Amino acid sequence: MAHEWALAQAIIESVEDYALSHGIDKVKKVIVKIGELQAIDKEVLSFALNELVKQLGEGKVDIEEFELHDEEAVLRCRACGFEWKLRDVKLSEDVAESIHFIPEVVHAFMKCPSCKSRDFEVVKGRGVYIESIEIP
Amino acid sequence: MRASKFLEEGLDPRVSALERRLSSIKLIAPVMSPKGGVGKTLISVMLSLALTRRGIKVGLLDLDITNPTAHMVLGVDIEKTKPVEDEGIIPPSAHGICFMTIAYYSGEEPLPLRGVEIDDVIKEVLTVTSWKELHVLLLDLPPGLSDEALDILKFLKRAKPIVVTTPDALALNSAKKLLKLLQEGGVKPLGVIENMSSNVASAEVKKLCEAYSVDLIGTIPFDSELRLCLGKVDSLLKTRVAKSIEAVAENVLKKIPP
Repeated sequence: MAHEWALAQAIIESVEDYALSHGIDKVKKVIVKIGELQAIDKEVLSFALNELVKQLGEGKVDIEEFELHDEEAVLRCRACGFEWKLRDVKLSEDVAESIHFIPEVVHAFMKCPSCKSRDFEVVKGRGVYIESIEIP
Repeated sequence: MRASKFLEEGLDPRVSALERRLSSIKLIAPVMSPKGGVGKTLISVMLSLALTRRGIKVGLLDLDITNPTAHMVLGVDIEKTKPVEDEGIIPPSAHGICFMTIAYYSGEEPLPLRGVEIDDVIKEVLTVTSWKELHVLLLDLPPGLSDEALDILKFLKRAKPIVVTTPDALALNSAKKLLKLLQEGGVKPLGVIENMSSNVASAEVKKLCEAYSVDLIGTIPFDSELRLCLGKVDSLLKTRVAKSIEAVAENVLKKIPP
C-alpha cells in the first residue's frame, strides 16, 4: 500500500492529539491542504483517511469529514529572487517519484530557471498540512 | 448550529506522528560529534553490522541529509536499491540491516539545503519510514550542533546519543561541548567512543567521561588500511577496527532495554 497511508495516519493522530488537548470530542470537518510538489494521490489519501478514522477506538475523537484542497506549488530563488511555478517546469517520472517521497529532493533535480542556482525556497505547495479543524 | 473553526495556524501532521512511528524500537542511538572527520559514519555502519551479527534487529538511518555516505561504506548501489511502500516506506535490507538514506531519492546529485529544509526532511523521513520492530536504531548524524542534532534531541526525547571523539584536543573540545549540551537538556548519553586512538584509552578521554559521568563504551585504534575496505563489507569485518567494534557492540547490547 502507498505511503499515503502513513501520511493519513499522521493526519488522524494529529487531529486526535489536538482535539484531546483542547477538550474536543467531536470534529465536524478537517481541511487538509495538499501541496502540488509532493504529488500525493488524493484518492488514496482520502480512502486511507476514511478507513483509518473508522478504526479509532472508543472514547477517542469522532471525526465526521475530511476535505482535501489542492495548493499550487510556487518556488522562489534565494540567489536572484526569481519566482516560478512548479507546473512551468517539466520533471521526469523518476524525479517526480523521488520528490513524492521526500519533497526537498527537488533541490537535487531543479535549478532556478533564471540564474541556475539550487538555492531556492518552496514558497507554498510543499506537502501535506492541516489547515483547519471545525467543531460543531 | 454553525460550525466554528479551530486552529489559527496550520498544523503539521508529522510532529504528532514521528515519535509514534518509532515506538516499537527499544533503543534509539544517534551517533554524534560536533567535529567532522572523527569517524561517525564508519562507526555507525560497523556497529550496525556487529549488532546485526549478534542476531538482533538493527536499523540504520543516514541523517547526514546534504551529504549522505553511509551507503558507500555498506556498498549499497543506490541506483538499483529502492525502498518499497507498504503503509509507509520500508527500508531495504543491507547485510541484514534495515537501512534508510535520502540518497535512494537524491542519487549522486548535490543536495544543498538550508536549515528549514533539513528540518522538513527529518520530519518527513521519520514520519513515513516504517521500521516495524527493532532492537536498535542507529542514526548517523553529520558534524555540528545544528538542525539535525537539535531536531533529534527535540523530537526523539528517549534517544541515547553515542558521542564519538578522537584523542586530539580539537575533537575533545567539541565532544565536551556536546556533552555539556546533552547534560543541560537532561539527555543521558549511551556512552563515549574514542576513535583513532592508540590501543588503550587516553587519559584525556577518561577524564572527560568522568567529568560528565558517562561510560567509555569503546576504544578504536587508527587503521590506515580501513579506507581500502570501504564498500566491501567482508573486508571491513576483517580489520582491526572491526575487532574493537565487537567490544562496543557488547557494551551497547547490555544497554538495550528489555
